Parts: sequence; structure tokens; C-alpha cells
Amino acid sequence: MIIAVASGKGGTGKTTVSANLARSMGSGVQVIDCDVEEPNAHLFLRGRKMESEIVSIPVPEVDSSLCDACGECGRFCRFHAIVSFGSSPLVFPDLCHACGGCTLVCPRGAISEKGKRIGVVETSECDGVTLVQGRLDIGVAMAPPLIRAVKSKVQSDGHVILDAPPGTSCPVIATLRGADFVVLVTEPTPFGLHDLSLAVDMVRELSIPFGVVVNRMGVGDDRVHRFCREEGIAILMEIPDDRRIAEAYSRGELAVDALPEYCSHFATLLWNIREFRKSGGE
Amino acid sequence: MKVAFTTSGKTLDAPMDIRFGRAPGFIVYDTDNDTFEVVDNQQSVNTPQGAGIQATENIVRYGVNCIVTGHCGPNAFRALSAAGIRIYTTNGGTVADALEAFRAGALASMNSADVEGHWV
Repeated sequence: MIIAVASGKGGTGKTTVSANLARSMGSGVQVIDCDVEEPNAHLFLRGRKMESEIVSIPVPEVDSSLCDACGECGRFCRFHAIVSFGSSPLVFPDLCHACGGCTLVCPRGAISEKGKRIGVVETSECDGVTLVQGRLDIGVAMAPPLIRAVKSKVQSDGHVILDAPPGTSCPVIATLRGADFVVLVTEPTPFGLHDLSLAVDMVRELSIPFGVVVNRMGVGDDRVHRFCREEGIAILMEIPDDRRIAEAYSRGELAVDALPEYCSHFATLLWNIREFRKSGGE
Repeated sequence: MKVAFTTSGKTLDAPMDIRFGRAPGFIVYDTDNDTFEVVDNQQSVNTPQGAGIQATENIVRYGVNCIVTGHCGPNAFRALSAAGIRIYTTNGGTVADALEAFRAGALASMNSADVEGHWV
């Protein structure tokens, strides 16, 4: 089962939920940190690095001796990564989404592709939990191809937790595709509710079953609960606003390790997800 | 010769917009017959990236030889240079002021990008 942990708002506790859930599942679990712009699961799942692999994307390279400056490539590229002004085209690799379309539309076969490094995928082992994370190179703006490379390490026959980036944009969509279930982590505040409602729209659009975890219960108000009730959304778990969790977090410790009473909370979360899936989302 | 001025207005007394890629529009002035046309650039304003390149494609269609603007980022500079469009800079005022300064040869031409990408 592939469980994605996402949120609209940043800082609601995605990594807290991902890492604690993984630890409470025992061994043979994969955590895939898809927040390649700022991976942080490694702060809590500190293991031995096993593997590191460079990820590149194909960007166009023009052979100007074959190009007749017809401009087809520039008309095709909606990202303006290749553009022709009556001469051999200019390439802007930073804008390229690596679709390869320009190589296909070029009638003269003048465009080939070359690799452009965007980041690395790193794998480590920590007490039976395998952590795979992507690390986007500084200055690179194209996260989805690296996220797909990180996700290529998913072994879908086991338990997999995808720790998503915040928000509802392309990197999040790239993370959620192929997930069996989405856990949306929020906090009971107006900001939390606002961004939760965006995330709910996104997950519904993707047609993936989902439920909500409310973190830091006790702060804010009851609007998140009212929203979930009105929308018929299951609340799978509530994590209290417990200072001891924050203290453990600040030391890089997981709640389930520092405060064993939380083991049962996360076991309940997993049970709720399974029951929810079995019942077909009712 | 055709000169494009970055502006949000539709007349020569409109103020200049000192951005190139994300300028709301252009006034393309033909110095041979003293006429101008207004070119919309809203599509580039709303594009997530590559605004300077798209804006260049936009004005190339009008046969522009020179652009008068405030600033120019690295991608826009590469695109404008490849398109053979000369870049002149001004600090503000109206399009008419900039046109007068251009005609008097009082505007500096730009030889490299002067702002980072995604400058607004």
C-alpha cells in the first residue's frame, strides 16, 4: 500500500506523521521524501547512506548545420525553452520541461537531447526503514522530474509512505500520482482550514481516497472539524498540542521513540486507513 | 525604423513601465511615418516563466528594431540580442519623453542584462 502524506499548508506536520507512522509500522517500510526542494525526513530517520545517484533531464541541443530556422520548435514549446528568431534557435535549459516535443516536431532532425543534471537521489537505511530522498540542485526550479526519479525507487509490494511537499502545485501532483491513499495533515487554525480546503479539492480531482489528520489539537478553533463534518471527510487521527512532541522534534527524535504512548496513536492511524480503504471510503 | 516602448497605456502621454518582460503592453512607434500601434503583452504578464522571451516573440512579430525600457533580465537580453533588437534604457517619464530622448540620441544602450531573472 502506498500512503501519501500531504497538506496544503506547510509546517502542519507531514514529516512528523510520515516518520512516526513508518517507525510504528516496524521493518520493511519505505519512506520516500518527495519534498526535493527541502528534504527533512533524514533529520528523524538518521541512517547509513547506501546509495547516491545523479538525476538528469534531457534538454535540446541544436545542430545549426542541419537547422533551416523554420521556427517549428519555438512554436511548439509552450515554456519558451527553445525559440527561433529567423536563425538557429536559442535554448534556455532552465525553462525546459524535458518533454522532447521539439525533437519530434523538427522537420530536419536538427535537435537532439543531452542530459542536464538537476539533483541526486539518496537511499539510506535506518532500523528497518528505508529512506529515499531527492535533493534538487541549488538554482534548479524543476522539481517534478526529480520527484519521479525518487518515486521510481518505490517497491509497491510493501508499505510505502510518500512524504509530499506542501501546497497543491505540480510537485505535489507528481508525488500523489499512483498513491493508494492520501493523508492530509492540517492544524485547527484558519490558515490550516484554508489550505486544507484547497488540498481536498486537489485530491478529489485526482480521485484518490483520503482522510485528515489534525495536528496540534487544542490550538485554534473548531472550524476544521466543522468543515470535515460538512464535507463528509474522515478525521483519521488527532495529535494533541503536546509540548513534549515539540521538544523531541527539536532534538531530532520521533514522538513514538521519545513518548511511547504515541505508538498506539500511530497504530490507530494505520488501522483507520486500512479500515477506510476496506470500506470503500465510507 | 520601429521602436517599442514598454507601457501600460495606449497613448504617447502614458507613463513608461520600466519592466520589459512583464510590461502590460508596448507602444510600437514607426519613426518613418510617425504612427504607432498598441501591442498587448498581458499573456507574458501572466506566464509563470519565460516572460522576457515571450515578450520578445511578441514584438518581433511587429518588426521592431529597438526597444526602450527600464530593465532587462538575462533571458530577455539573450532573446532580444538573438532577434537583433537593440535595447535602450530610460528611468521613467512618459512614452513621449522617452521617444524625444531616443530621437535626440540621449538614451544609453544596454550591453548586458542589468537585473536577475524573475525581477518584477
